[in-house]
Amino acid sequence: MTDLALERRARPPMRRITAWDRLKVNRNWLGFWFMMPAAGFLILFLAYPLGLGVWLSFTDARIGRDGVFVGLENYQWLSDDAVFWMSVFNTLLYTGVASAFKFAVGLYLAILLNQHMPFKAMIRAVVLIPFIVPTVLSAIAFWWLFDSQFSIISWSLRQLGLIDANINFLGDPWNARWSVIFANIWRGVPFIAITLLAGLQTVSPSLYEAATIDGASRWQMFRYITYPLLTPIIAVVMTFSVLFTFTDFQLIWAMTRGGPVNATHLMATLSYQRAILGGYLGEGSAIATAMIPFLLAAIMISWFGLQRRKWQHGEAND
Amino acid sequence: MTRFDRRSLLQGGTALAATGMLTGPALLDWAKAWAQQAPWKPEKNAQLSLLRWKRFIQAEEDAFMELVANYTKATGVKVAVTNESLDDVQPKASVAANTGKGPDMFWGLYSLPHLFPQKCVDVSDVADYLGKKYGGWVQSAQIYGKSKGKWIGIPVAYNGNVMNYRKSSMEKAGFKEFPKTTDEFLAFAKAMKAQNTPGGMALGHASGDGNAWVHWCLWAFGGNLVDKNDKVIINSAETEKALNYAKQLYESFVPGTASWNDSFNNKAFLAGEVHWTNNGVSIYAAAKAQNMKEMAEDVHHALWPIGPVGKPTEFHVAYPIMIMTYSKFPQASKNFISFMMEAANLDPWVEKSVGYLTPGLVAYEKNPVWTSDPKLTVCRDVAKNTLTAGHLGSVGERAAAALADFIVLDMFANVCTGREDAKSAMKMAERQAQRLYR
Repeated sequence: MTDLALERRARPPMRRITAWDRLKVNRNWLGFWFMMPAAGFLILFLAYPLGLGVWLSFTDARIGRDGVFVGLENYQWLSDDAVFWMSVFNTLLYTGVASAFKFAVGLYLAILLNQHMPFKAMIRAVVLIPFIVPTVLSAIAFWWLFDSQFSIISWSLRQLGLIDANINFLGDPWNARWSVIFANIWRGVPFIAITLLAGLQTVSPSLYEAATIDGASRWQMFRYITYPLLTPIIAVVMTFSVLFTFTDFQLIWAMTRGGPVNATHLMATLSYQRAILGGYLGEGSAIATAMIPFLLAAIMISWFGLQRRKWQHGEAND
Repeated sequence: MTRFDRRSLLQGGTALAATGMLTGPALLDWAKAWAQQAPWKPEKNAQLSLLRWKRFIQAEEDAFMELVANYTKATGVKVAVTNESLDDVQPKASVAANTGKGPDMFWGLYSLPHLFPQKCVDVSDVADYLGKKYGGWVQSAQIYGKSKGKWIGIPVAYNGNVMNYRKSSMEKAGFKEFPKTTDEFLAFAKAMKAQNTPGGMALGHASGDGNAWVHWCLWAFGGNLVDKNDKVIINSAETEKALNYAKQLYESFVPGTASWNDSFNNKAFLAGEVHWTNNGVSIYAAAKAQNMKEMAEDVHHALWPIGPVGKPTEFHVAYPIMIMTYSKFPQASKNFISFMMEAANLDPWVEKSVGYLTPGLVAYEKNPVWTSDPKLTVCRDVAKNTLTAGHLGSVGERAAAALADFIVLDMFANVCTGREDAKSAMKMAERQAQRLYR
């Protein structure tokens, strides 16, 4: 027994704690590894393509052939390219007008759907249909609606005697722009309406009750209760909407291919035409990269907006 | 009953157009005999995939798929065929060329192989074999097929893009035959519009019909995108004349052609909305297939009117097929391409496509389809007559890019729709072209 006690006393001095030992129990280190799969995923599928795209825009890469670094040449060329600037204008117009209308109509629809009415669930589901239909399918439907010879709209108006020639929906530059914007609004409204509806349902009814007791009008209830409480959702949903609209491709491609005479070319479609169809990957990438500042601006606005307490709580206490 | 042994079958293959075509089991026997003799032996366990443009004519599809089935039966090589609409073949091929993954063969438009010549298998041996056997390649086929002296694609066939018109309306307008010159043609367009039977040609981004007519117009007046050294010369008095002519023509079009893509004029013509347009013979074929008897009888085809340059300036769609360098089965691919171009296969295929396809090999002009239906005769010579993308200049990737970016088409559309005057439209096109041809 004494042996044992002696032995225990004579144990070698404690091993010094190495950096590795510390690391092994470091929770941040562990967290890092738990994060890696997700980060790897993002790097591989988001950051790398983005970086590659930006890099390509500084080269004269063609399809099937690596390019050499040409600095800002692609951008210099684009800065003087009327078609490119028209696509920028078109994109801004498309995004601006479509987003504004989508917001207005979406909000209105959300408020309507928030009322109590018969078949509420069914109506809400029906509203989502434009959003569910594949873009290309709806684009083709619109393509027929706006057809220069067979448009049902032109036909009906002609039967009613209101016009005597078909409306040149997609053949006239401005008609074409409004037509594609209309199609985009039709598609985009449900997303905004349903998201805002979700936001509306988080507003506590007691606030409205209190307001009613105070004698608030319906407009006042909307202005001072609904709207402020909805702002965070609005900020998020509109950011998404602006991003989606800005980068829209399918609708335009299926309906007009950027025509007539480039009047509906968005930056995304022009980039595709130049890079994939024309084979000039470098220039196409430059057009795509030129979209980034606009997208960043849109994200920044909502990001900083979301940081502000006023936006979060709808009060003037910044 | 005739006995088919290997020798008589193979000999028969070269002279079928004259002697009548093999069908059914006889064709399969021929295919089996051919497979044993073929200059290219498929790799072991070869399996091929082919991406082609989507068919416009059902009978053409059936004939092609029958050919593919026979090939598989004769050689044991499976061929998976996928279709994409005309405009989507090129992007798919581009992506495949860039990533090195995809179908072994692409069958696309115009100068597609020239977009990435270094990604195409050298098929000079196939071209030589077929050329020797079938009377040689027409001029345009050699231009489309070759890059730097070697063949990078096999120009399987052309799709004649010709004038389609309703004979009854034309006669009503006081024209006995379709106009032969650009001046008469303008008068014709005006007269047709005046009697409420207008025509129209696509000015949207229509890679087939749109490119065909604006290039015809540009070349008919002596305009050119580039000269023979690939120097951009689009900004010229000739181009301006062509643009002004097109603008006058456009005023007699049915409204809305600026939004037309390749299929609009087919629909509008069959519905009686337009009475003349430029197209393949697919309108006629569709009218026949849909039993629109009156329409099928009334539709006629004509060659393009000749402009001040005094010679035809036609621009027909070319359909070249190519083998990608990443393919694991280049020999099988060559084997398949030579198989489908043999008379025993190509003759019935051309016949069933009702003249929609015109092969680029001289011997095929003897196919009875060109004479059995006089309406199709105009398509016989389209391979011989067509000018190539880039015309005076090279047919390489720059010409392909100029087509893909619709430089000439947009220039015409700009002027016709009144967005730009001829001078500024030419300047814009010149600037874009200089970028591609730097």
